[in-house]
Amino acid sequence: MKAQVLIIGGGATGTGISRDLALRGINCILVEKKDINAGASGGNHGLLHSGARYVGADPEAAEECKHEGDIIKKVAPHCIENTGGLFVAVAGDDEKYIADFPQNCSKCGVPAKYVDLKDAFELEPELAKNTIAVYMVEDASVDPFKLSLENLSHAHSNGTIYLPYTKAEGFNIENGRIKSVVVQNMITGEQKKIEADYVVNAAGVWAGELAKLAGMKINMIYSKGSLLVTQRRITKRVINRLRRASDADILVPGGTVSIIGTTSIRTESLESIYPTVEEVDFIISEGAQMLPLLDKIRYIRAYSGVRPLVSLHDSADDRGVTRGFALIDHEKEGIKNFTTITGGKLTTFRLMAEKTSDHVCEKLGISKPCMTKTVPMPNTSSGRWTEPGLAPKTWVRDSSKADILLCECEMIPKSAIDSIISSIIGQSGDLSLNSIGVRSRVGKGPCQGTFCSARIVSYMYDKGNLIDKQGILELQKFINERWKGQRPLLWDIPMVQSELQEAIHCGLFGLEMEQNK
Amino acid sequence: MSEKTIECDLLIIGAGMSGIAASFFASNRGISTVQVGMSTSLSFSSGLLDLMAVHPIETINIWDDPWTGIDALNNDIPNHPYSKIKKEKIKEAFNEIVSFLKQTGINYVSEDDKNTQIITSAGTIKHTYLVPESMWNGAVAYAKKAPCLFIDFHGLKGFSSRQITESLSDNWPNLRSAQIYFPDSFGENFCEHIARSLEKPEMRTKLVESIKPYLHDSKYIAFPAVMGMYSVKEIMSDIEQKIGLPIFEIPTMPPSVPGIRLKNAFEKRIVEKGVKVFFKHKIIRVNQDSSGEFISLLGDGSDITIVSKALILASGRFLGKGLHAERKEIKETIFGLPVYQPESRTLWHENDFFDPKGHAINQSGIETDELLRPINSNKKPFFDNLFAIGTILAHQDWTRMKCGSGLSIATAYAAVNNLKL
Repeated sequence: MKAQVLIIGGGATGTGISRDLALRGINCILVEKKDINAGASGGNHGLLHSGARYVGADPEAAEECKHEGDIIKKVAPHCIENTGGLFVAVAGDDEKYIADFPQNCSKCGVPAKYVDLKDAFELEPELAKNTIAVYMVEDASVDPFKLSLENLSHAHSNGTIYLPYTKAEGFNIENGRIKSVVVQNMITGEQKKIEADYVVNAAGVWAGELAKLAGMKINMIYSKGSLLVTQRRITKRVINRLRRASDADILVPGGTVSIIGTTSIRTESLESIYPTVEEVDFIISEGAQMLPLLDKIRYIRAYSGVRPLVSLHDSADDRGVTRGFALIDHEKEGIKNFTTITGGKLTTFRLMAEKTSDHVCEKLGISKPCMTKTVPMPNTSSGRWTEPGLAPKTWVRDSSKADILLCECEMIPKSAIDSIISSIIGQSGDLSLNSIGVRSRVGKGPCQGTFCSARIVSYMYDKGNLIDKQGILELQKFINERWKGQRPLLWDIPMVQSELQEAIHCGLFGLEMEQNK
Repeated sequence: MSEKTIECDLLIIGAGMSGIAASFFASNRGISTVQVGMSTSLSFSSGLLDLMAVHPIETINIWDDPWTGIDALNNDIPNHPYSKIKKEKIKEAFNEIVSFLKQTGINYVSEDDKNTQIITSAGTIKHTYLVPESMWNGAVAYAKKAPCLFIDFHGLKGFSSRQITESLSDNWPNLRSAQIYFPDSFGENFCEHIARSLEKPEMRTKLVESIKPYLHDSKYIAFPAVMGMYSVKEIMSDIEQKIGLPIFEIPTMPPSVPGIRLKNAFEKRIVEKGVKVFFKHKIIRVNQDSSGEFISLLGDGSDITIVSKALILASGRFLGKGLHAERKEIKETIFGLPVYQPESRTLWHENDFFDPKGHAINQSGIETDELLRPINSNKKPFFDNLFAIGTILAHQDWTRMKCGSGLSIATAYAAVNNLKL
């Protein structure tokens, strides 16, 4: 295969670059070793930062966030819920930080409006009684899956080829240039070569490992963050703790739920990342200082992501490491057509894509301007089913008697599954229960996949999408993927549900006895 | 005593497999009994009666003979609830249940008193002890690898005959599958509705007509477990006669028709035998008076007090609400009995849901003496006449050992026989 540019990594940045280059008429291939947003882009808060979080320690990041947030709200409003946000301090919080906050915001051009406490409790009744200061900011909630799926979809319709489950295994380097990249299909094991004029490493947290394949060295720091999803939405707005950035100090609404996090723990390994019981208990006790309800409410899921941080100097605290991005041209180290883009934040993904694409164009001698600042991102069907509440609305409106619900918790009918399956096949993706899960609310309701997993597998056999014993493996993989996020939250009702899940999938089906994993 | 007080010999808390079995055994013995509990969990049963199939679970060692499996289990895990009951007693318990169910038209079968391999709706094979006769031909067909046609219905979720035939195809050739419209239906279908409508003979005639084009050289026909709610035998032999081939049922996800059949049969029996039942109720408080009797208060605004000489706790685990998991601790919900459990929540579960060795929390529960009476830290029973039975008992992992029904039936039998009235 050949392309002008090969992009490695299908997160927000990689899909953003593919859209940016595609809109400049450049022919690209995007390879991803798993599926969309498998790394940090899929494991974050879903917060479009107003910038206010960074005004104290990282003014440059604050300004960037403000600027980029405005652009994304304008060009991709369908990926955003423009909730607004509050910064709240409770008794005992650092009074100097609170006092400096408004001035720090205005220095960075980040709007922050003082809110009278009485008004604050009216806006958000769940705030702690001992709240002492509140400011209103322009935070918003973003659906990171929809964002990447829409980026990809727009790139795809402009000629980009997307190859999921395709891992870069090695570089053929001749005379200081990458001549081709050897990639392996992670499902079939088949290897092939992709030739490209330019190669972009957008592998996020894996950027260091990928660069190493080409003999390049990047000092990466891996910072694991865990988050909890509440069963129902607690606040209308994003709620930030008004203090120096720390653990469990942001609550982000996302449709019908709220997400509280995160932690920040150095990790060496990038595999087997999962939230632990200790992190969960810590997040709850910290978060409850701001919103006491968090101590009592039911949680439906925990998840973890790893932040790719680039180390420029040694720092004991990963929160102190810049959240700015690193664009590294590897020409100095001896490879002329290879660039790494990593670090950064979800909020600045478009800017990262723009800067990378500008750089690539310059190297290729192409002079086409960036379009992503102004061209609206089309609202397509490929990302639509990630929206909480959309499937039930559509089903209630259009339901025919034959369009039965395969997932009752999230009200997802057969027709939605059909549309997801054909969009995966259309993008020549790997069709699996997990890939359907990434693109929809399947498995995300209170039963956490107990019933819908088995029903969708049966339906996939009926459609001819599964053969042989694939269904057993699909159930094992899907339930285990959900399990990572259930395991640390199993008390009260979730424990009851997990017992039912075990009774069905182990007691009756005996899936734990199937050793073909 | 007020009108709202009921006196009895025995109060059973719980209406799952163990509670209902205890109520059955007690009523057979003329013990005046009151039973209280949510009456849902039995309809979640697949209808198969497991006794003992896997031990040690971590090596997935499967026993053809459940009885020698129990010997090995008792040897390796001396505090497993089975170790408190003689094997003859377990056999007696099953015999009493099976002969009763036979009178109601629900026949259970085993071959040479051994475990049998049964096809599930996930296309896996389950090892179980007693098989409803309606499923038995499936075991025969599987053992012989006979040509077989699997039927499912449009609109019936979570059951695909194609899934089963595909999953079994690697060592079973000559499998066919067909998805048909259940007569006069379109849109969503439910096992229970189909089972009830097959009680009507004309539906069976229509069903057979729609199956005939798919028969080819098949020797058996498989269906999801929907062959009637009450007249299972008549319905199945009618269909067999009309098709000219033996048929069988495949157990499905809950709520399952064979589970509902069991529930109906038991509930009818115990009511006929004079057991006072309060289903969809719960006991909110139990005290013991000076004479040693239990004074139990029924919740849900009824204000009924039940005074009993003995009490059997068959309240199940988390699903049955006999145990409640808090963030730092697992508690027993009615008496606050001590619960054997891992030291902290970090140890409750493994990282792999399907870890064959099982999750440590599955071993948690109530510890008892040899008579199945809950014990305190000095290993002494709290009360002379308080017994715990079924899945609430510690040191067992019924989903992985495949011993759920056996555990419930055997401990129910033992507890009823251990009552001192």
